[in-house]
Amino acid sequence: MTALATPPKNRRANPSPRKASKAGKADFIREKPSYVSTGILILGALYCLFPVIWVVAAASKDGTELFSTFTLAPSTHLWDNIVELTEYRDGLFWRWMLNTALYAGVGAIVSTWVSALSGYVLAKFDFPGKSGVFKVLLMGVLVPGVILAIPQYLMLAQAGLTNTYWSVLLPQIISPYGIYLARIYAAASVPGDVIEAARTEGAKEMYIFNRIAAPMMLPGLVTIFLFQFVAIWNNFMLPYIMLGDDHLFPITVGLNGLLNQGASAPALYTLVLAGALLSIVPLVIMFLLLQRYWRVDLAAGAVKA
Amino acid sequence: MAMTETRPGPAAGTTADTPRRAKNFTSRVLIPYSMLAPGIILFLVFMAAPIIYTLVLSFQKKKVSGLGLGKGSQSTAFAGLDNYVSALTDPEFLGSVLRVLTYGLILIPLMLGFALLFALLLDSRRTRAGSFSRTAIFLPYAVPAVISSLLWGFLYLPGVSPFHFLARQFGMELPSLLDPNLVTFAICNIALWGGVGFNMIVMYTSLKAVPSEIYEAAKLDGCSEIQTAIRIKIPIIAPSLVMTALFSMIATLQVFAEPTTLRPLANSLSTSWSPLMLVYRDAFTRNDVFSAAATSIVIALATFIISFLFLRIVQKRAFGQEN
Repeated sequence: MTALATPPKNRRANPSPRKASKAGKADFIREKPSYVSTGILILGALYCLFPVIWVVAAASKDGTELFSTFTLAPSTHLWDNIVELTEYRDGLFWRWMLNTALYAGVGAIVSTWVSALSGYVLAKFDFPGKSGVFKVLLMGVLVPGVILAIPQYLMLAQAGLTNTYWSVLLPQIISPYGIYLARIYAAASVPGDVIEAARTEGAKEMYIFNRIAAPMMLPGLVTIFLFQFVAIWNNFMLPYIMLGDDHLFPITVGLNGLLNQGASAPALYTLVLAGALLSIVPLVIMFLLLQRYWRVDLAAGAVKA
Repeated sequence: MAMTETRPGPAAGTTADTPRRAKNFTSRVLIPYSMLAPGIILFLVFMAAPIIYTLVLSFQKKKVSGLGLGKGSQSTAFAGLDNYVSALTDPEFLGSVLRVLTYGLILIPLMLGFALLFALLLDSRRTRAGSFSRTAIFLPYAVPAVISSLLWGFLYLPGVSPFHFLARQFGMELPSLLDPNLVTFAICNIALWGGVGFNMIVMYTSLKAVPSEIYEAAKLDGCSEIQTAIRIKIPIIAPSLVMTALFSMIATLQVFAEPTTLRPLANSLSTSWSPLMLVYRDAFTRNDVFSAAATSIVIALATFIISFLFLRIVQKRAFGQEN
């Protein structure tokens, strides 16, 4: 075991004849595709795709077909359901979609910028109290959202901000994990002499960050953006607590409410399913396009793009 | 920030030094702190202050004077540990903790086990269709918990479920996963579906970071692929396993969206199924923010203690052998 753990350079150069033949055999075996491991992976893939495939079929059924025809058999009512969903309370559904794009999109952009700026300063500046600030921010990673939700609501209520866009946007801008990642990124991708050179030329610090450092950190910033986008898009509790007016709901809270009403009016179920399908389409497309940025090493804290 | 003013320069110099020190102070303290200001202010307002506020609330109670009607008849009073005592002795809270612990004990080993299995299979050179499987397994991470609970919730309904359909073809009737006894498994499956891909990507990324010379060496020593996986790959990515386990445990204790979304479809789910649902109900349905604050502090402390103990145990195991 110990011999295996340390890479033996010499042995690789001069393998004993016995080992050479074994290695040759192993090479041969390794090239052969394994049906078992490929099969297990494909089963896992099918499990993960199954609800998505199902919702495509289910969203094309009308109210009676949903509970009467075979569950994966598609029908012809997809467009009718989308039209009906669009007409539901004057396009409330599309309003929810736009709200979600606003909360997750704008929220994640601002959050990424704040994280990048903080991470850059923590990585590239030397100032008194630096490690203290970093440690305190880092503790925020472990703070469970639960102890924040109620007081955030009460504080924003006192400021008269509950039931506004701000109440969902503002609390989600600070991301200790984003700052942590940005610090690693800045340390790895922004050379100190580039900053020094810009300073000698008389560039202002914010100019250096916005025009020189941030573009160098860009691949990492995309990852931070994605993380924060998913975190906001996934955060159900905060908008659920903060918002009362359903014109401000993100799609998650909206569909949850629609499902609740469906318990007494099953006709809404087809709308819920069409809505679920439409809501995952943009995100799935975004995921597929940006897949290469999801290379996350939590333990090293590094993100390898 | 406040820190900028309270922090004096390294040493009080003579008057001749003052202009240089002023410039030094600007570049060494003012500039970094003003650039950190957005982050620090947001952190103080939306993280530090709420934590302190929760702590304060948790030691208070409502004081009702007179009939409790009209303005000013209700005020707050110091409650000591009353809220904590009632939280910790509340059978509803203890029940929710027990349910969530069961949920976590089922979910986390399954989720991390499958994530590790898939990551190792993806890393194996004998596996085909790797990029298709990787994308498909990661895809659920793009689906928010509310939507995935909604999809699975419908799939659990015996009238919709293809598994019930198949069983009926063979003349059997499967129990509904939304039954009170099985609903924990129903929620586990939703979380497993949503979480396995992300954890797989984390583990796969750290597997990719291992220099391939190590595997070459193992191969030369006659290590089979399975041996290589168990004896070399898993120990090397152990830090990733620790971190995914830690994050999974923290997330498990805070489960909220899945059971809340399933409730309209499953009558067996109470409004206090998980500790967080209980906190929500106390704070917003019953208007008792004080006991909700105490309960949330208990949950947060439990999270910290579990994280800390877990890291201690794991560190002893991982590093104790080497020394």
